[in-house]
Amino acid sequence: MALGLCPALAVTTRVVNGLGIGAALTFVLVSSNVIIALLRDVIPERGRLTSYIAVIASLVTVVDLTMQAYTPRLSEQLGIYVPLLAVNCLILGRSQAFARRSEGGHTVLDSLGIGLGFTVSLTVISLVREVLGAGSITLFPMGNFSGIVKIPVLSDSPARIMVLAAGAFLVTGYLKALFNWTRMHQPRSAQPSQERAV
Amino acid sequence: MSYAGIILTFVFVNNFVLTRFLGLCPVISNSDRLDHALGLGAAVTFIMSLASLGSWLLFHIVLQPLGIEFLQTVTFVLISAGLVQLTSHLVSRFVPVLERFVGSYFSLITTNCAVLGITLIAVRSDYNAGESLVAGISAGAGFVLALLLVSTLREKLDHEWVPEPFRGTPIAFISMGLMAMAFMAFDRALLVNLVG
Repeated sequence: MALGLCPALAVTTRVVNGLGIGAALTFVLVSSNVIIALLRDVIPERGRLTSYIAVIASLVTVVDLTMQAYTPRLSEQLGIYVPLLAVNCLILGRSQAFARRSEGGHTVLDSLGIGLGFTVSLTVISLVREVLGAGSITLFPMGNFSGIVKIPVLSDSPARIMVLAAGAFLVTGYLKALFNWTRMHQPRSAQPSQERAV
Repeated sequence: MSYAGIILTFVFVNNFVLTRFLGLCPVISNSDRLDHALGLGAAVTFIMSLASLGSWLLFHIVLQPLGIEFLQTVTFVLISAGLVQLTSHLVSRFVPVLERFVGSYFSLITTNCAVLGITLIAVRSDYNAGESLVAGISAGAGFVLALLLVSTLREKLDHEWVPEPFRGTPIAFISMGLMAMAFMAFDRALLVNLVG
C-alpha cells in the first residue's frame, strides 16, 4: 500500500504532472524488468541489489534527460522527483519479487499493469487536488487549446491548501478511506491494481 | 545561505517528510512504535549526512572535471547503497551493541528517497562541502522530528475509535496532513526574519 509514495504526493499538484510521472514510472518499470529478466543468469547472487539499482538508475537518467529535452516545462515542475524514481520502492520491489522467476512476456504485462494502475491513481489524486486547489485542469497544450481547463466558480476562490503539502496528505488519506469504504460495500468488485499503487 | 539558515530550512521550513514527501514510506510503515522510530531515525540521519558529503566530493572531484554530470543519479544512488552496506558492516563488526538497535533498519535505508533526495538537493543548490554536510545532518534531524511526531500521534490513535474505512493508513495520512498544516507556520518569511 505505501509503495512508491514520494512522487505520488509531491508532484500531483497538476493533472499533467501526475500523468507525466506515471508515464516515466511505467517506462522505467517495464524496461527495467525486461533488462533484469534478460540479465538474470549473468548477475551474481551477491551483487543482485546493486546491479538492479544500477540498471534502474540508468533508465531513470534516460527518462530524465529525455524529459529535459522534449518537455522542459514538465521536467522543471517534476524537479528532483524524476531522478528519485531510481529508489522508488515500487520499482525495486517489483524487480526483486518478480523478474527473478518469471518469463519475459509475462513480466512485461505485469509491470505494464502496475505502471498503468499507478498512473491512474496519480491522475485521480492530482485531479482532485488541482480542481479543488486551483480550480483548473492542466493537460497537454494541443493546437489552439492552451492545455488548461478553467472551472468557473472554483478558479475564483480555490481552496489553496489542496495544492500545498498538507492537502496532498489529506486527499490521499480521504481517497484511500473512500476506496476502503467502497470495497467494504462491494466485496468482490474492487480494482486490485489501484489498490497496490496508491 | 548561512549555516543557521540551512539548519532552519531543512528541519522546519522544508521538512523532508512533511513538505517534500521524502522518506515517506518508512514513516508510514514504521511509525507505529516509538523505539523503532528512534532507531530508524538515527540510522537515516547518519547515512544522510555521510551521503550528502560523499556525493559532494564525488560530484566536484570526479563528475565535474570529467564533464559527466548527467551520471549524477546513477552515481548518487550507488554511493548511498554503498554507504549503507559499508556502515551496516562496520556497525556489526565493531559495535555489536549498537547493531541491536539500528541493525535491522539499514536494509530499509537503501531505498529511502530521503537519502538520494538530500544528495540531489545539495548538488542542485550549489552548496559547498560544509553546507552539504550540515544540510545532510539537519535534513536527517527533520526526518527524526517528523517521525517522532507521527509515531506519537499514531500511538495515541491506537486507543481511539476510528471509523472502519479510515483505520490504518488513511487516518495516518490525514493526521500527517494536519501535522503538515502546522508546519506551514514555518515559511520563508519566518526564515528571513530570523536569519536575514
